[in-house]
Amino acid sequence: MSLQRFISEAISPWMKSGPGPEGDIVLSTRIRLARNLEHYPFPIVASDESANTMLHYTSKELTKDSYPQMGSLELLKMNELSPNQKRVLVEKHLISPHLAEKSLHGAVLLSDDESVSIMLNEEDHIRLQCLFRGFQLNESLVLSNGLDDWIEEKVTYAFDEKRGFLTSCPTNVGTGMRASVMMHLPALVMTQQLNRILPAINQLGLVVRGIYGEGSEALGNLFQISNQMTLGKSEEDIVEDLRGVVMQLIQQERYARDEIMRTSKIQLEDKVFRSFGLLTNSRIMESKEAAERLSDVRLGIDLDLIQGISGNILNELMILTQPGFLQQYAGKGLTPDERDVRRAALIRERMKLEREG
Amino acid sequence: MLCEECQQRQAALHFTKIINGKKEEMHLCEECARDKGEHIPGSNSYSIHDLLSGLLNFEQPMGNSDSYPSRASVPKQLVCESCGLSYERFAKTGRFGCSNCYKAFDPKLDPIFKRVHSGNVRHAGKVPKRAGGRLQIKNQIEKLRKELQHHIEKEEFEEAAKVRDKIRDLNKDIQDGKGDV
Repeated sequence: MSLQRFISEAISPWMKSGPGPEGDIVLSTRIRLARNLEHYPFPIVASDESANTMLHYTSKELTKDSYPQMGSLELLKMNELSPNQKRVLVEKHLISPHLAEKSLHGAVLLSDDESVSIMLNEEDHIRLQCLFRGFQLNESLVLSNGLDDWIEEKVTYAFDEKRGFLTSCPTNVGTGMRASVMMHLPALVMTQQLNRILPAINQLGLVVRGIYGEGSEALGNLFQISNQMTLGKSEEDIVEDLRGVVMQLIQQERYARDEIMRTSKIQLEDKVFRSFGLLTNSRIMESKEAAERLSDVRLGIDLDLIQGISGNILNELMILTQPGFLQQYAGKGLTPDERDVRRAALIRERMKLEREG
Repeated sequence: MLCEECQQRQAALHFTKIINGKKEEMHLCEECARDKGEHIPGSNSYSIHDLLSGLLNFEQPMGNSDSYPSRASVPKQLVCESCGLSYERFAKTGRFGCSNCYKAFDPKLDPIFKRVHSGNVRHAGKVPKRAGGRLQIKNQIEKLRKELQHHIEKEEFEEAAKVRDKIRDLNKDIQDGKGDV
């Protein structure tokens, strides 16, 4: 296993076993917990020595034994990775940009199937993340809770009765939990309904972001819906509120898809197959266009307009055609123009493989 | 429209903040906006951190037209004795330096948490097993200490001795079972 595999494959093993519950709309579910240790200053003010001690101590504790049925965790230290290797891990959502670029003695512990990542010395001492395919909030909550207990047996958390889990940023205090669901909502975007729905979602204490988190653009009609509030509600209630909104979005997206199929099927087919044609034939493709075309094709697959192609192709190519991955494959740095050429080639090749397979 | 701060110059900057659905508007001229240290979105990169530190700096609800507390009048330096972070610095970066900062800045935190967490200031979720157990013991010790004080004041020394032994046992519990890090 190890580093080579973590950075060479775009699709994490946990994603491979098919689409997951509500997989035509929900790509993945993620829960992350922010935790800090008692007696250590938080990473942003920690001295070099203190950060190093905390990393050494915690990584030793967490690799002493393994969580039931998970196998041991692999430790990757940021200062031992090249900038592009870190970039690839960010593109796979296994580490945050902050850990890759700004952390002092930052590291990540990864499970073999990459569904669990524990970042050390990120903004908080510990950032635990569990990823599931499809819509699996409960499963994510159970696993993250179990892992949290397992970690707490080994290290002492900074916890306060009144404020809960103490975090570096006031926006995470309390549960320290951010639950998020990655959704593909092309029909709501096409019918311009999403613009109306988003403000309402914000009012419910939830946030909508693009695929690469805070401040990122919504590429390929992919949206991350997550809770904003972490204090004053239990983990179960937070997850329940999120579930309610996601269920509604799923329903609305399905209505919108049905409606488009009923009223303008031929236009939709045209759009889908034009995109298919571009992906299978283009010689230069920017990442934004790739994301849009891949979204169209994925919709075509979900609506059975295109057969014989796995829906996973969207998830996979969205990640595979990011700059870090392209450079990883090329084995060298690439200019944006070179990347666009490589991206087009990679997509063509992948689509061809898919049709032959 | 006139600047709502100086009421003289034309308002050139119009802010709308929507926080948890609550909309607040501000109309300022450039000078006043600069004085108030308000970030001008778009003028340079305006991140969530800037927004947050903006929130932390507003001690009073906005809208009370003319008197904003200026940054200079931020109260007598609150400083966390554990990590040395000052409240001022915290307000600027929007980040605590250590777990003790929560205690050091406690008197000022409720309004901040209320704004960020839809009016909530108290944790209502998971209590970690070990830290939770220790908390219970600590609370018990705290209670016994008061009891001890009470007995001493009343010169009930026999009772006081019993309580003192209980406290010693509990302290030992904490050290034995859970003395880590």
